[in-house]
Amino acid sequence: MDMYTVFQIVWWILLGVLLSGLAVMVGMDMGVGTILRYVGRSDLERRVALNIIGPHWEGNQVWFVLGGGAVFAAFPLIYATAFSGFYVVMLLLLWSMILRPLGFEYRSKLPSARWRGMWDWALFISGLVPMVVFGAAFGNLFEGVPFQFSWNLTSTYTGSFLALLNPFAILCGLLSASLSVFMGSVTVMNGAEGVIYERGRKLARFSAVLAAVLFAVGGFWVKGMQGYVLTSSPGAGVPQTPLQQVVTLIDGAWFGNLHTHAWLWLLPALGFAGMLFGLLAANARRSHLAWWSGAMAWVGVIATAGAALFPFMLPSSSEPAQSLTVWNSSSSELTLTWMFGFAVVFVPLIVWYTSWAFYVMRGKVKAEHVAADEHSY
Amino acid sequence: MHDITVVDLSRWQFAITVLYHFLFVPLTLGLSFMLAAMETVYVTTGKQIYREIAQFWGKLFLINFALGVATGLTMEFEFGTNWSFYSSFVGDIFGAPLAIEGLMAFFLEATFVGMMVFGWDRLKRGQHLAVTYMVALGSNLSALWILIANSFMQNPQGATFNPATMRMELTSFTQLIFSHDAQAKFVHTSIAGYVTGAIFVAGISAWYMLKGRHIELARRSFRMAVLFGVLSTAGVITLGDALGFVGGQAQPSKLAAMEGLWKSEAAPMPFNLVAFPSQKEQVNHDQLQIPYALSLLVTHSMDGTVPGFDKLEQQAVGRIKNGIPAVEALQTLASKPGDAAALAQFRAHEKDLGYGFLVQRYAEDVSKATDAEIGTAARDIIPEVAPIFWSFRAMVAMGLAMLAFFVLAVIFSLRNDIVRQRWFLKIAVWMIPVPFLACEAGWLVAELGRQPWTVYGVLPTWMSASTHSVGYMIFSLVGFVGLYTVFIIAEMYLMLRAIRKGPDEPHGDDPDRDSDPMLNNSAKAGPFAGYAEG
Ligand code: HDD
Ligand code: HEM
Ligand code: HEM
Repeated sequence: MDMYTVFQIVWWILLGVLLSGLAVMVGMDMGVGTILRYVGRSDLERRVALNIIGPHWEGNQVWFVLGGGAVFAAFPLIYATAFSGFYVVMLLLLWSMILRPLGFEYRSKLPSARWRGMWDWALFISGLVPMVVFGAAFGNLFEGVPFQFSWNLTSTYTGSFLALLNPFAILCGLLSASLSVFMGSVTVMNGAEGVIYERGRKLARFSAVLAAVLFAVGGFWVKGMQGYVLTSSPGAGVPQTPLQQVVTLIDGAWFGNLHTHAWLWLLPALGFAGMLFGLLAANARRSHLAWWSGAMAWVGVIATAGAALFPFMLPSSSEPAQSLTVWNSSSSELTLTWMFGFAVVFVPLIVWYTSWAFYVMRGKVKAEHVAADEHSY
Repeated sequence: MHDITVVDLSRWQFAITVLYHFLFVPLTLGLSFMLAAMETVYVTTGKQIYREIAQFWGKLFLINFALGVATGLTMEFEFGTNWSFYSSFVGDIFGAPLAIEGLMAFFLEATFVGMMVFGWDRLKRGQHLAVTYMVALGSNLSALWILIANSFMQNPQGATFNPATMRMELTSFTQLIFSHDAQAKFVHTSIAGYVTGAIFVAGISAWYMLKGRHIELARRSFRMAVLFGVLSTAGVITLGDALGFVGGQAQPSKLAAMEGLWKSEAAPMPFNLVAFPSQKEQVNHDQLQIPYALSLLVTHSMDGTVPGFDKLEQQAVGRIKNGIPAVEALQTLASKPGDAAALAQFRAHEKDLGYGFLVQRYAEDVSKATDAEIGTAARDIIPEVAPIFWSFRAMVAMGLAMLAFFVLAVIFSLRNDIVRQRWFLKIAVWMIPVPFLACEAGWLVAELGRQPWTVYGVLPTWMSASTHSVGYMIFSLVGFVGLYTVFIIAEMYLMLRAIRKGPDEPHGDDPDRDSDPMLNNSAKAGPFAGYAEG
């Protein structure tokens, strides 16, 4: 393999790492937002839940920002085509997402119950909607997205906004939301006591089961779908445009990679195992273990999707030959190399100081403390 | 083909969302450093009041920061959602600094801002101070990387077009990040942020002094702010001059717009202090000139000249004609990759490829472009002169006004009679919006002056936008404006409330006030000494 191919694959994997980081870290905060009104019945209970993630949500959110930046830098054609194609859905994502910083930062600044109630709803929306959209976007990758290119690679999306919210996509959205609720619930268990803890535990058990069911249903659904197969292309590691390929659609082809490389079945197994351990751990009140199991479930789910689609990244349903793959949408070798250098230095650094921040803030959040501390949310 | 209405709406949306983002950014940049400075004094002297000072301004910092983050999220994705051709065309270069910004700056800033807020009781003093410095460092690094990205758009360096992939690709990462434009822009912009932070702190402190509240906190904050402010303002002006110097060479049409230069003239050129540029007639009405000044200012010599639009338009005609064969060659290469004749033709004309794109707006088949169409396209290289001309003058005037303000403020503050200068304190309060306006004006100059290009000389704005329908664009534009309006109302309300409420506890007499390095002798003698806590 030449170096360009290696870097293309490395960046495809790194993107998976970043998406998993996004799903785990942002997903848990969004999960807390989604379940806030359920786990916290009184204002003080809600503040306890909010303050569990209070010191970290901002840093965690950067996984989302970096996810966007990394797609841009490593796969610019995906960044351009997907985000413009998903326009209205992206707006839903952004508009709900930008409520979150204000929800955290402004909610408890005024005593008024109406004000706080309003922001609680904002946190619910900004927790649930982005996670549903995130999953639904993945779902659409399996079904293909109707877009095509002109001679100079101007992309045009020809579907309607509703086409992106089809049943399979919604299933994937619900899967993503239930994993996020699971992570949120165990995060609440980690940081709270008493009734809040018990409500979190109830939701954790429920969402782990739901996620497993949805993941299994999704698997069978994909089996019946038409998958894309790259029959001819300039190949890996060759500078090219998406106008030079032949792609065929075959029933069940999304399982092709798993059939040729049997070890890939470990990935969905990892997903199911994560959900199962998560259920057992939450049941046994081992909330830290449940958290790590949830993270494992996310990695399994995302890796399964990636492995099934590879080398496709954004298949086109209207012009299958113009589908975007790892080979035709990546950045140049020089850019991938430089970016790899930065990632190698900074990702471990980020993991290190993020862990330190969690370490400093470890322990339970106490209601008395929240009520007394003027810095808390 | 692009619908020009959609392009215009995309421009409006980008302009509105980014100008809005930049209402919050400068204060984050400046205040984060001031917080670090305040806390440093607390940690080194151990005086409780500096802890109160740092915590009070920290609260206001956070109210502002929340909106900086929220609106930044929009920006990160807006290139893809609304400028998709731009994103795929230069993403190989432009995406890198954006991703690095996330890796290097946002993570640092956002992780440590949580520690800064929640860590007061959990961290040792020194640790907390280090955390605050990390926040300041992070916000400034984020400015560095985004401005490197922006400088590529103003003065593309370190990249070339690759016909095999139909896009611009990186040729030298070091050229990209060490561009002179990027350096001048970074220093000018981040220091503009410090000026903003300084005026903000000085203005609010002045208000407390006027009201006779929190005098101790206000006097000390005021002094720190104005010392910081006078240096920063001097820096902004020096670097602004450098920016004009560097930028003027790279973007002659922006310079011509800033100066209202329709016709080229012989050296030494006069500077138009006041003028009313007319885009249609291509002349200035009622101009007031300072002889020789322009040559001195932009070329730093008496015999330097800069071209006017007459010359620039002429040059553009030539470059468009030279660029047309490049576009034709690309069209061939799109269907026959590697075609040797087309590749040779492309190489011979590639330096004017962008100009070929410019005329494609009027002649989709560039080989059939008429002289009239080429003329129209060449005229497009003149950006909207009047708003650029006036924004520039507004920025400079505000800069000079702030310099004068800070010089006086330093004098009063060092003489320790600032509390008695009520007229001056009132001015200080009214100064608060000025740096924000100056920053916005500066960006209008930078970005309007770049038109008609998104990447100067390489990629015209008209083809950069995503191919949405007008309906979608109106929908998103209305959504952003609506949401952002609600946000700013909530923000202003909370900010004003927090200011009115002031720092939390009434802090009584500070026993070691006299030995305080920041505030000497007559501190107790202010006119409000008796009713300091209102
Ligand atoms: C407190 C704010 C502030 C103040 C007082 C000034 N500036 Fe400024 N200026 C900015 C804030 C700013 C900015 C917001 O930071 C900009 C926008 C783009 C950029 O790089 O910086 C800018 C841009 C900008 C540009 C355009 C750069 C480009 O096209 O890329 C020039 C030529 C100057 N400035 C020059 C000056 C001069 C000669 C000043 C003398 C007083 C001055 N500025 C004061
Ligand atoms: C935060 C400070 C900034 C402000 C206030 C600002 C302002 C503006 C304005 C007013 C426009 C509209 C110009 C026009 O279309 O006539 C614009 C366009 C644009 N700016 Fe900026 N800008 C800022 C920073 C940046 C940065 C840092 C980048 C790149 C990293 C950038 C990229 C763009 C792009 C892609 C467009 C759209 C294309 C165009 O119209 O040229 N801007 N900006
Ligand atoms: C148009 C281009 C821009 C993009 C894509 C962009 C992106 C972003 C994003 C994603 C955030 C939120 C980061 C977080 O979650 O913590 C943010 C905030 C911020 N940006 Fe921008 N920004 C742009 C323009 C600018 C400019 C021109 C500057 C500085 C000169 C700047 C400096 C900052 C700072 C200091 C913050 C606040 C601190 C923070 O939120 O982390 N940005 N920006």
